[in-house]
Amino acid sequence: MNLAVRDIRYHRGRFILTSVGLGLLLGVVMSMGGIYRGLFADALSISHATRADLWVVQQETSGPFAAISRIPEDIRYRIAAVPGVAEASPLSFQTVQIERRGKPFRFFLVGYDLNGFGGPPTIIAGRGIRQKHYEMVVAQGMKMGLGEKIRLGLHDYTVVGITGKMVSSSGDPAAYVGLADAQEIQFKSNNDAIRNQRERIAARLAGLPTLSPPQTKLLRQNITALTESTHTVNTVVARLAPGANLQEVQERIGRWNHFRAISDGEQTEILTKGMIEKARMQLGLFRIILLVISAVIISLIIYTSTIDKIRTIATLKLIGARNRVIVGLILQQSLLMGVIAYAIGYGVISLTYDRFPRRVELVASDLQSLFVIVIGICTVSSFVGIRKALKVEPAEALGG
Amino acid sequence: MYAVEVERLTKIYGHGETAVTAIADASLQVKPGELVAILGPSGSGKTTLLTSIGLINEPTRGRVILDGTTIADDGWRKGLDLKRVRREKIGFIFQAHNLIPFLTALENVMVALEINGMARREARARATELLEALNLGHRLETYPAFLSGGEAQRVAIARALANRPKVILADEPTAALDTENGKNVMALLKKLAVEHRSAILVVTHDHRMVEGFDRIFDVRDGRIMGER
Ligand SMILES: Nc1ncnc2c1ncn2[C@@H]1O[C@H](COP(=O)(O)OP(=O)(O)OP(=O)(O)O)[C@@H](O)[C@H]1O
Ligand SMILES: [Mg+2]
Repeated sequence: MNLAVRDIRYHRGRFILTSVGLGLLLGVVMSMGGIYRGLFADALSISHATRADLWVVQQETSGPFAAISRIPEDIRYRIAAVPGVAEASPLSFQTVQIERRGKPFRFFLVGYDLNGFGGPPTIIAGRGIRQKHYEMVVAQGMKMGLGEKIRLGLHDYTVVGITGKMVSSSGDPAAYVGLADAQEIQFKSNNDAIRNQRERIAARLAGLPTLSPPQTKLLRQNITALTESTHTVNTVVARLAPGANLQEVQERIGRWNHFRAISDGEQTEILTKGMIEKARMQLGLFRIILLVISAVIISLIIYTSTIDKIRTIATLKLIGARNRVIVGLILQQSLLMGVIAYAIGYGVISLTYDRFPRRVELVASDLQSLFVIVIGICTVSSFVGIRKALKVEPAEALGG
Repeated sequence: MYAVEVERLTKIYGHGETAVTAIADASLQVKPGELVAILGPSGSGKTTLLTSIGLINEPTRGRVILDGTTIADDGWRKGLDLKRVRREKIGFIFQAHNLIPFLTALENVMVALEINGMARREARARATELLEALNLGHRLETYPAFLSGGEAQRVAIARALANRPKVILADEPTAALDTENGKNVMALLKKLAVEHRSAILVVTHDHRMVEGFDRIFDVRDGRIMGER
């Protein structure tokens, strides 16, 4: 008969309670791992979906996600002409926060060339953007329905399609509009602001006595056109032709003034190493702390349950039980508790992970290695109890 | 052949100034089927004598022979598997409450059999048979906490008998029982000694309990003073 199981069966209330407690703890450890993976997946979702080989950004920046990068839209033609580049397409990114239904509503707006690439990767409901203006595709996370309208800048935009779990690196859901719309939203948000700006330029120019009125007028027109130019984007993404040498293309663009060509690998590095490194370390630290706490709790439970069983252990020794019977009793209980707690933790987290505000991605290999760690902790923790048990003298079973 | 032979057994606890001689030069022999009492006041060394015979307490000097096997000769015999001898040759009965609390009456008896290598089905059958013979057929699935003192002690006796040991050692088996239950237990031991051809050594300080014993050894200050 299995003594470990008998003991557990007899003390099932206590056992279930401790296993549930431990299970919740392990559930938190699992969710930490899932959040960590989710951070990665989130941080990379837009850059992955773009499937670009190169990200051309403003020189000396790590844009467009990690730093602000502004480059003229028309550089796309020059990039497309570089030997080895198959296609190039401009992208604009901005975080938008507006008021919706009385609450702040925050999202990450991607503007893309409807004839280029970098738009929503998949459409799970509705359709892609067809009209040049005032249509948008939103990520599921925006929780908007098809046909819903939202005011951005000077115009109302209609949701025509829903895409998957696209988010910015800070976890805001993504929305897509045509590039021109995005630029308009970014730069022409307010007529008053434009009027103020024009008046300020006029006032400055009027104060310059060396200019004749026609010169002033000409200058004013030019400066206004420049400052009001919306033909700025954050990056131009490029895909290479088959067989093209990435490094050569990169170097070539790098030699132009004012530009930097970041490879997709470097972009991934920037996003994961740089942007989420701290969060990742924090989660890792938390996971270690929680595992240490679990180990301490398991040791404590096993130790006290061994103390409770001193007399039983002495009796078993007295009637001639071999040491492995006693070691088995303690070790099996410890392992059983670990396995059940793991199962409870897994159950809880599988039922709840998609309700977390940010993406929790459960990865099989993470869960497997956690299982191995839990089994290891249970084994090591039971040593304290086993040591105690092996020291028990059979004589302790005698006497009142 | 004797089931138990003890020759000039001495047990000294501790060393030097704090040494306590708990048993001094004790000798006794018990035949199979005999029920023997070791009677003496508290602190006289009864438990020490019993545990020295039962391979729990290493004798300082002297010889112990169980069922023809020398187990101690000025200390344990070298290379002896104490647990194995305990499993195969000795049954223990203690004061009440030495049943394993998380096992039912039946399982408490079965565990002794399974530890000794018996298959579960067989162990179940034998344990059931033993408990039924001790009038516990209706308590097989009861946990020790729900057994009366007398019932618990009978389960312990069934466990001690399980492996058909040549020697049964009982330390104050009636201490936790009232007089009537105590007498019943002693009568049962008497019957079992005869039926099982086991040597049964019972330690007690209660002389009212030793009616019907084959022999009684009086122990005082670690010495066997005489035999009745
Ligand atoms: N482990 C030990 N270490 C030191 N001295 C001990 C130990 N066990 C018993 N003694 C001493 O040996 C003597 C005999 O003790 P023992 O337990 O054999 O007596 P007993 O006759 O069984 O007494 P009781 O009726 O109270 O159970 C006592 O003086 C006791 O203090
Ligand atoms: Mg005693």
